[in-house]
Amino acid sequence: MHSLTLEDVHITLEGASLLSVDTSIAPGEVLTVMGPSGVGKSTLLAYIAGFLSPAFHARGRVCLGERELTRLPAEARRVGLLFQDPLLFPHLNVGGNLAFGMTAEGSRRKRRQRVEAALEEIGLNGFANRDPATLSGGQRSRVALMRVLLSKPCAMLLDEPFSKLDAALRDEMRQLVFQRVRQENLPTLMVTHDAADAEAAGGHVIELGS
Amino acid sequence: MPSGYALGIRLAPWMAIALLSLPVASGLVGVIAPAFGWLPVLGGDTLTLTHWQALLEKPGLGRMVQLSYVTGLASAGLSLGIVVLFLGAFMHTRLFSTMRRLLSPLLAVPHAAAAIGLAFLLSPSGLLSRALSPWMTGWQHPPDILFPGDPHGLALITGLVLKEVPFLLLMSLAALPQCHASERLRVARALGYGPLSAFLKAVLPGLYPLLRLPVYAVIAFASSTVDVALILGPTTPPPLSVAVLRWLNDPDLSMRFMASAGALLQLGVTLAALATWWLIECLLRRLTHTWLESGRRNSGDAVFGGIALSAISLSLLLIVGSLIGLVLWSLAAYWPFPQALPQPLTLRNWTGAAGSLGDPLTQAAMIGIIATLLSLVLVVGALEAETLHERPTRPWAQFILYLPLLVPPVAFLFGLVLMQVQTGVPPGTAVVILGHAVFVLPYVFLSLAESYRRLDPRWTHLARCLGASPAQVFWRVRLPMLSVPLLTAAAVGFAVSIGQYLPTLLLGAGRVSTITTEAVSLASGGDRRLTAVYALLQLALPALGFALALGLPRLVFRRRSGLLISS
Repeated sequence: MHSLTLEDVHITLEGASLLSVDTSIAPGEVLTVMGPSGVGKSTLLAYIAGFLSPAFHARGRVCLGERELTRLPAEARRVGLLFQDPLLFPHLNVGGNLAFGMTAEGSRRKRRQRVEAALEEIGLNGFANRDPATLSGGQRSRVALMRVLLSKPCAMLLDEPFSKLDAALRDEMRQLVFQRVRQENLPTLMVTHDAADAEAAGGHVIELGS
Repeated sequence: MPSGYALGIRLAPWMAIALLSLPVASGLVGVIAPAFGWLPVLGGDTLTLTHWQALLEKPGLGRMVQLSYVTGLASAGLSLGIVVLFLGAFMHTRLFSTMRRLLSPLLAVPHAAAAIGLAFLLSPSGLLSRALSPWMTGWQHPPDILFPGDPHGLALITGLVLKEVPFLLLMSLAALPQCHASERLRVARALGYGPLSAFLKAVLPGLYPLLRLPVYAVIAFASSTVDVALILGPTTPPPLSVAVLRWLNDPDLSMRFMASAGALLQLGVTLAALATWWLIECLLRRLTHTWLESGRRNSGDAVFGGIALSAISLSLLLIVGSLIGLVLWSLAAYWPFPQALPQPLTLRNWTGAAGSLGDPLTQAAMIGIIATLLSLVLVVGALEAETLHERPTRPWAQFILYLPLLVPPVAFLFGLVLMQVQTGVPPGTAVVILGHAVFVLPYVFLSLAESYRRLDPRWTHLARCLGASPAQVFWRVRLPMLSVPLLTAAAVGFAVSIGQYLPTLLLGAGRVSTITTEAVSLASGGDRRLTAVYALLQLALPALGFALALGLPRLVFRRRSGLLISS
């Protein structure tokens, strides 16, 4: 795994400076970006993932090791993204959601086995054919995490991933997410406005807009 | 197929614009030249004003113009008034959602079927007069009243209002969230305004600009309708559009010059009606300025609420009564006047018509399906291009979308026919399908755009991060997630196509007959039983379309409940 480097990233909105970041995240490290809403935390994630809205203007480079992400289309960047909502595709079953991000290689049976194994890892054996709408909140979050991991990302972006979970579930998901990104050795950038998230992540913290 | 996707995205918006604007523009050009005497095919090779003179000397022309102009303004004003009062008095009440559910399917009822039903309900020997005779009216014979077809066009206006109220209501329902109606209403109510005053003073000023183009479309339609006017309108003289149609169908081909002038005059009348409405708008804006800020919290809310409720209930009753009338007549054998119900009931009208029904039904269905698919592809392509480039639709694009709804069809379709003759394009099904698509596309767009634009962009971002290209996102995420609104838009488009009378008649040169053209021509004859059968079948086609659009997803996605809720 490689480090995720943000070199002199500078984002402006209609000429007004929004944020500037210059940092590097080592594999397995979680960097937390904090700040009140409206300072452009999510804009930074959109820029790294490749969806910056045309209203914004960005300067600088984002690299994964030697690979310059900012030159690539979003689908080729291999950056995993986790939102505050699980966003399971409603037109696919749970297994289909997991398989969506997997590479096309391998026989149908092999892919099916990988899905089954992934479900077992998150304690959802036999859920492959379920309608995602019938899952509980915690189950959906776990499926969403597994879906990202199965797409074999080289870096992870977390967009307030725990803010919509209730207190008990939040701790559980924090542990699961941080454990998995360390296990997979992924450089991870998390934006949040919850200090407890930053504490649980245990990495560096950048404050924006203060 | 990424390259197909990229090509489609690039071409679809332009093809949609071309489909909407080229027929209208070239049709108008095609009618201008003959109006001034230029039509070499028919030996017209000098520019002259004689055809205009002939037109102006036509007896009753002033009356025709007046009928079209008044019908356009009156039906738009009445429909808008009913919708606004109803929204104002009952938004956020349970009655509102009930009415909304009852009125929405009425949009699918073709104009012709609704008009035929209304004629059967309100004519002197119609269902209403039978239900009241002789015990209340004392009539043993149908009274000698000219209705429908009254010289002032009241029946015509009623029929139009009946169809435009559901249209404007549905357009308002789509526009209400856009102007934050609920929030505006709550603020005003919290400040002590009565429900209707709150709506009129706080919501309507934001809502009306969003309704302006639909209202203009209503004015244009009502001032130039042909099929409804043929069924409900006066005959001597008829509204201008009907007269133009008669002249251009005249066996004397030289009448086509005058018909062209008439078509241009029709355009002028519609534009005049639109301009009048616009002036009234400006005037009202001036006059209501002080009233808006006067601080009066209650302006007869109870009275107007009552009026709104009666008007909307009356519309609903008229439609339901019309449908009952159609069903009864289609089952009637012998039904002498004051009897309220036919006895005995028979299926003979249906079995007798069965032999000749197959062709017009399949023609209508085939034309409708192809025109709808064509429109759907172009609309989805245009919306996808808009989403992909994250750029909002420009105002002129919105105007082009409404172009075929604002220019009287009789004006530009006739021009197209003349061009067709000049260039030797054979009339037939293919041309009719294209002609239908011109009218279907705007409605498909209006029906789909909100859902398409509102789909959370995070779905796309998520799928891209998981490695899907824009084309794959489109095919594997956006299209399946939008399947419910796509089906609804298809049903709307199909209903619009089934309702088309004039494009089929003119572009098919009488060789393409659909259930609609048959129903309209039967309506002017005397056979009520057969007419009822045709009108009911004309209504059944779009109803079937909507039933499929609502039912299929429930069946196919019964294990994907998230899809049914989100849309």
